[in-house]
Amino acid sequence: MEFVVELVISVLIVIGGLFTLIGSFGLVKLPNLLMRLHAPTKATTVGVGAILIASMLFFWIERGTFTIHELLITIFLFLTAPITANLIGKAYLLRHIDPKDELPHTGESEGWATFDPRNPEEPPKDPGKLPQD
Amino acid sequence: MIEYALNFAFVCAGLALLINLWRLSFGPTIADRVLAVDTMAINGIALLVLYGIGRATSMYFEAALLFAMVGFVSTVAYCKFVLRGDIIE
Repeated sequence: MEFVVELVISVLIVIGGLFTLIGSFGLVKLPNLLMRLHAPTKATTVGVGAILIASMLFFWIERGTFTIHELLITIFLFLTAPITANLIGKAYLLRHIDPKDELPHTGESEGWATFDPRNPEEPPKDPGKLPQD
Repeated sequence: MIEYALNFAFVCAGLALLINLWRLSFGPTIADRVLAVDTMAINGIALLVLYGIGRATSMYFEAALLFAMVGFVSTVAYCKFVLRGDIIE
């Protein structure tokens, strides 16, 4: 029984290490930023997730008491990963994408939130094609 | 057996951190560098948890939790600075 649990822990650690490496390899391999955003999510979910489950099991057989406080990190990473990806994507859009040529019209009187002015009174930096009415 | 798996995972996470460092140095855009820092924080969490398993103490768990929080806040701060020219408006 002990051997089976150790085997499971070892396999989870190896999977976690491999996926951490794969996520970072994708960060170098993929051609542009919006594709590169996709790669490190593998390291976040499978990589760190497997290592944390291995840690939970290891401390279970080590101490004899089962705790789930490692899941806090997993939940925190799952909650924050979409927010960071969204903000990095918005920063990239602001610096490198032309809202007139490369983005479709929003169909509203407001433009894309990224390109809206910092202060509502001052005119938008680039109004685009606003409806005339 | 766990020791061999841990050594393998240490090598993987260290290599991943080196690759991220390459992207941080040569990344063509600012967003690439921010993404590299974010991924480095995540790999740092993995490395800390592995080290905690190796030393059989749960002390490094708190460090990993702090890394997760500080990594998230720093990424959001960098992105806000690029987006708005200011962090707290």
